[in-house]
Amino acid sequence: MILKPQLQDIKNIGYYSGRIIIGISLTMLVPMVVGLLFKEINPALDFLIGAEIALLIGLILTRLCFTKKDLNWMQGMIVVSLSWLAAMLVAAIPLYLSRHWGSYLDACFETMSGFATTGLTLAQDLDHLSYAHNLWRHLIMFIGGQGIVVVAVSSFTKGLSGAFKMYVGEARDERVLPNVIHTSRFIWLVSIVYLILSTLVLGTLGIANGMKPVNAFFHGACLFMAAFDTGGFTPQSQNMLYYHSLAFEVITIIIMLLGAMNFNLHYRIWTGDRREIWKNIETRTLCITIALTFLIAVIGLNQVGSYPSALIMFRKGFYQLISGHTGTGYATIYARQFIDEWGNLALVGLICAMALGGGTCSTAGGIKMLRLGIIAESLKQDVKRIILPERAVVEQRLHHLKGIFLEDKQVRAALLITVSYLVLYGIGTLIGMFYGYPFLDSLFESTSAAANVGLSCGITTPSMPEGLKLTYIVQMWAGRLEFMSVFTLIGFFVAAIKGK
Amino acid sequence: MTKAFILIFFCGAVCFAHLPAVCLAGQISSTELINNAREYDGKSVVYVGEAVGDVMVRGDFAWVNINDGENAIGVWLNKELAGEIQFTGSYHAKGDRLEITGVFQRNCIQHGGDMDIHAQSIRKISPGRVVGEELDTSKRNFVFILLVVLCLVFVFVRRRKS
Repeated sequence: MILKPQLQDIKNIGYYSGRIIIGISLTMLVPMVVGLLFKEINPALDFLIGAEIALLIGLILTRLCFTKKDLNWMQGMIVVSLSWLAAMLVAAIPLYLSRHWGSYLDACFETMSGFATTGLTLAQDLDHLSYAHNLWRHLIMFIGGQGIVVVAVSSFTKGLSGAFKMYVGEARDERVLPNVIHTSRFIWLVSIVYLILSTLVLGTLGIANGMKPVNAFFHGACLFMAAFDTGGFTPQSQNMLYYHSLAFEVITIIIMLLGAMNFNLHYRIWTGDRREIWKNIETRTLCITIALTFLIAVIGLNQVGSYPSALIMFRKGFYQLISGHTGTGYATIYARQFIDEWGNLALVGLICAMALGGGTCSTAGGIKMLRLGIIAESLKQDVKRIILPERAVVEQRLHHLKGIFLEDKQVRAALLITVSYLVLYGIGTLIGMFYGYPFLDSLFESTSAAANVGLSCGITTPSMPEGLKLTYIVQMWAGRLEFMSVFTLIGFFVAAIKGK
Repeated sequence: MTKAFILIFFCGAVCFAHLPAVCLAGQISSTELINNAREYDGKSVVYVGEAVGDVMVRGDFAWVNINDGENAIGVWLNKELAGEIQFTGSYHAKGDRLEITGVFQRNCIQHGGDMDIHAQSIRKISPGRVVGEELDTSKRNFVFILLVVLCLVFVFVRRRKS
């Protein structure tokens, strides 16, 4: 028997969602101040309007649903999934008011793409966008990458138990430190230290490459936020092609790889345990999958003969592949070049890389390396069991931060999420084909959206069908939250209708 | 009559034979260049658009990105030519509108495979300008209305709490 949700469930969900919306409203003050600094009055007003509306909604929700009770698992999951949708809606207000997005739906697409660290964009005339709006696009990536709820958890959540449930709901099932609030704060500490260092490096490099100092440091900060959070937005319409610089490409590759690394590994590096990186199953799996997918891409590119030399083929191929594999979406070629110049085999290699993603407890999307490692290890042991004598004991072990004995439930969980991702990629592909796009184009864009990558082969434009925009929004949202909180939300609505 | 026909036919055939070259020398959009990159690779093209972002000087040359309203393409040009650019597009400025004549490279060997244009000459079609920002009064009024509503809600929330 399905039980109808109680009033207390709704109060808890409303109260915590309200607090998170208040948090989003406060973050809008950052671009507002930046707008004022750059004498961008109307953009500053856009953010003030956005912040006021968000604050109003947050205040009303926290007042109407006021409660002192902690969250249970179901409520925690629903708070996360609803908060992400609410954040998308309120964060889109200043973007829509800027008139650089054709409709409110386009602005919502942009904010979901930002929060989910995807990087697909529907912005129009990006080269004339204000600093304030551009900062907001990148800031929401930074917030979404760490996790919207992590922001709230690390700043104003008191209940430890409820905080952990929301933390898990945001696809972070590993804690770096025993306490979830300390974990959230550590994630922020790492991100902010890297932000300062990378902004300095990229800013200085920008100046050396001929950019104006203000632009250089602004771009440096934005590029870091989008690369470390494996997002993929850039301040200019040409993406990474704008810079015409090998040094920019090398540094962003390093930042993208850092972003795709599990925060637990960052913690190990910070505490001096560098050996863990090489022993960890995620790092090993990532190295193998990068090598394999790059090999496929190179064979494909070589067949087509698009690039005039091996060095150029390596530079272009490797950059797009790392960008795709880490789920970032930075590109040094134009969207149509993927289809016109890469050939089917190279595209398949890139699509596989995008689908696989980065590390768990990182800002990357996709299936993730730990799951892939678990499935591969389990398969290896099963083959061993068949080959070895029946009485032989096959030990299923892998190393992830510590030695782990592999259990069936872990394999099942890894397979379940993997299958969910594959289904999500497939559904997006079918809908793309329904709207008349070719199979490979649809698969590429669908995988890019659902795995929160952001590379585009040209489908994502302001003129694409509204239904497809909605499809990609749902894919980005479900892919980023890794399904459980989305499934719980669907279950909640079913229980509200059918429950007794 | 027959001679005239032969003459017209001959002239027509000559024009037709030279048509692709004439087209390539004509103005081309960024979308056309990107979508037909193989066709235009290594050919001289005329590309018109607004200079956006930074003029990035690299030694004796410079990069400037030119946006024709559809996409932006990087143009590699002599530092002296780049010096003619006074305004580049941003929130506060409309960039110089330039006509670039140069060689289009699908995967430029000199620049790591980037798609770019190596400019031979540039012509300023229209100069850029600083874009003055006028206060949007409807937005300002909306801010005040929301502020009043927010204050009322805040007072209501505080009263209920106390």
